[in-house]
Amino acid sequence: MSARTLHEDASTGVSSHRGAGSLTPTMHRVVERIRETGDVVTLCLEPVSGGRLDFLPGQFNMLSVFGVGEVAISVSGAPRDPGPLRHTVRDVGAVSHALSESAVGDLIGVRGPFGSDWQIVPVNAGAAADPRDVVVVAGGIGLAPLRGAVHELVAAHREGGGRVFLLVGAREPSQIVFNDDLEAWARDGAKVMVSVDRATPKWPGRVGLVTTLLGDAGFDPANVRAMLCGPEIMMRFTARALVDMGVDPGAILVSLERNMQCGLGWCGHCQLGPLLLCRDGPIVAYAGLVSQLLSERER
Amino acid sequence: MKTMDELLSTHPFMADLDADALAIVAGCSRNVVFEPGELLCVEGESADTFYLIRRGHVSLDVHAPGRGPVVIETVGPGAVVGWSWLIPPYRWTFDARAKSRVGAVAIDGACLRGKAEMDPALGFALLSRISKELLSRLQATRLRLLDLYGGRDER
Repeated sequence: MSARTLHEDASTGVSSHRGAGSLTPTMHRVVERIRETGDVVTLCLEPVSGGRLDFLPGQFNMLSVFGVGEVAISVSGAPRDPGPLRHTVRDVGAVSHALSESAVGDLIGVRGPFGSDWQIVPVNAGAAADPRDVVVVAGGIGLAPLRGAVHELVAAHREGGGRVFLLVGAREPSQIVFNDDLEAWARDGAKVMVSVDRATPKWPGRVGLVTTLLGDAGFDPANVRAMLCGPEIMMRFTARALVDMGVDPGAILVSLERNMQCGLGWCGHCQLGPLLLCRDGPIVAYAGLVSQLLSERER
Repeated sequence: MKTMDELLSTHPFMADLDADALAIVAGCSRNVVFEPGELLCVEGESADTFYLIRRGHVSLDVHAPGRGPVVIETVGPGAVVGWSWLIPPYRWTFDARAKSRVGAVAIDGACLRGKAEMDPALGFALLSRISKELLSRLQATRLRLLDLYGGRDER
């Protein structure tokens, strides 16, 4: 990975680290394959030539399966973890299917990291922990791009940072990803609430839309920042609900995705209004332009 | 120990209701506690009460042959349980079961309907609140019908 520059984008209110010269994939080997749910797999990758890919929580890589294609997948690991690069993939298309079927020892091409991040200052960076509460709302596989961020936030909370509220929505109990992490984060002081759309007889938890957890969570709307990732409709309604509760729209970050291809803002496939989401996103502030774009109807 | 007026005034459903109206509602109300597993209401039975949940969580269930109770939704503190007292034939559509120890205010529906008929301003204030709650629950249900998490999001 070549040198990266910090880029502040006035239209999204989010700064990003841009990769330069990242059109050529570097070869990575699958060193572990973890089945998260029926159609979700986490691939642990190590570069064939050694070293380690530097990334920030929320950024994504372009993963190539040679002979099949390339797809944008967010990093689901945490920068603080010394282990291999982790990507969590849901089997929904040709490339993600091929990735999901990858076996230990297979080679995967990796370009990146690209895009903006969740704007978390690691506690080991010397800065004081942010005292504000953080509410993280994840729907389905949307927890994957947030996983690294939640690791950092929980660590920051232990160092005097704000409280962490993690609200997770899933279709059904069997589709909840990262169960071990959810338990660990709860043990480490985060308030973890999970709600499913369809309960099974043994499900002891909440049933209903993830937004119904907001009122019970117990964060201070006047002193909270929010991070949302999941289906866009979920994020739209969650952001509106947060604003209705009194949360500052400028304190809400959402993760948007379109058809990411080059990762560098050159090809324009990921355009959303004036934004090129591979470069200006995927993490953008909800306030202003983005709140309008989220309600924009496609023509 | 809090008076019934005080208990009601702290529940979001009664937010900003004036003192006179609160006193009228309080006259139809009592404080109740349900232990885990206890039923607040039973499908098919006469619906003469509704509940303002203060503590704990309640599941709304429907019994399915061969599957037992299927939980449709859970609600927690600040929620209202029970609409069937409002519309004839005043019969519960679902079971409501305490998932944890539940503290609630139980309001006599027939009593409140009578008060609202005599005092249209009170009736309007209550119906406005009920409509807001119903709209919120209807919207959440509609969004669940979309099966949001089953989409083609590759992230």
